[in-house]
Amino acid sequence: MPHDHQNDEPLSSSGHPFRADDDTKLSYWQVMEIAVRELLIEKGHISASQVHEQINRMDARSPANGATIVARAWTDPQFKAALLTNAGQTSRDMGFDIGPMQLIVVENTNSVHNVVVCTLCSCYPRNLLGLPPDWYKSRAYRSRTVVEPRKVLSEFGVEIAPDVQVRVHDSTADMRYLVLPAKPAEANGVSETLLANWVTRDSMIGVGLPRAPV
Amino acid sequence: MKVRVHSHWPPGHIRTPAYLRGKQGEIEREIGLFNNPEQNAYRLASEQRALVRVRFTMAEVWGDGAETPDDVIEAEIYTHWLEPV
Repeated sequence: MPHDHQNDEPLSSSGHPFRADDDTKLSYWQVMEIAVRELLIEKGHISASQVHEQINRMDARSPANGATIVARAWTDPQFKAALLTNAGQTSRDMGFDIGPMQLIVVENTNSVHNVVVCTLCSCYPRNLLGLPPDWYKSRAYRSRTVVEPRKVLSEFGVEIAPDVQVRVHDSTADMRYLVLPAKPAEANGVSETLLANWVTRDSMIGVGLPRAPV
Repeated sequence: MKVRVHSHWPPGHIRTPAYLRGKQGEIEREIGLFNNPEQNAYRLASEQRALVRVRFTMAEVWGDGAETPDDVIEAEIYTHWLEPV
C-alpha cells in the first residue's frame, strides 16, 4: 500500500510524511553566493528586486517555448530551413529572449535519430526550455548515453530500428542543442497551434517521441 | 576533413572529453571563434580559438565493445586539440 508508512511520523493531509526542515549548515558556495549578492546590492550595482525578477524569468521558461518552435518547423518549410541553418537567430526572430545562447537544432528523419547529452557537466538549452530534468544531470545518463545510447533510449521507452542511425550530441563546449523530432503521421492536418501540444520536453532532448495530447 | 584529437592530459578546465582523446573523426561543421575556455575559466586574458563539431563512429570510440558500430557521437572540439589525419 502506498500510504502504509512504517514509522509513527505524523502525516500531512495528503497522507505523506512532512518534509524535514532544512536545518543544515550553509555550504561554502551558498555563503559565497549570499555574500556576493549582498555586496552587489549594498554597492548599488543591482537591486534585490532585479535578482528576484531574473529568477522569475528563468522559472517562467518552459519546454512550451521549444514546442512552439517545433510546431512551426513542422508546418513552415522556410522556417524549418532557417532553424536548421541558424537556430539561435531564428528563435530570437520568433520573439524568444534566449540571451547569448548559441543553439543548434538537429532533425530526426527516417534514417537518423538524435539524442543530446552533456558528459562534462549538464549543459542544456535552459534559456529556451527552462531547467533540465534531474535525470539529465545524473552520472548514469551522462556516462551511459555516449556508450550505449540504444539501451538508454529503450529504458525511456524508445526503440530505435536497426536501420536508423543514432547520433549522440555531446554538448562539450559553447553550443546548446534542441532535437527537431519527426512529425507523427497521425498529426497530419493538425494546426500549428495544436501541434505544439504534441511536442514533449523529452522529444526535444531525443529520449522521447511526440505523441497525441492526452 | 579527417582529424585526430590530441592525447594530451594537461590539468585545468578542459572541454575536450577524456573518452575522445586520441580518437579519429571527421569535421561535421565549423562553428566559429570563442574565448579559449582553458584560460577563460580562470579569468585569464583568453585568446579566440576556432571551435568545430567532430563526428566519431562508435566503432572508433569504443572499438569491439561498441553497442552499434555505425552509430555516431558528435562533439564540439577546439581546433588546438586537433591534428589533420
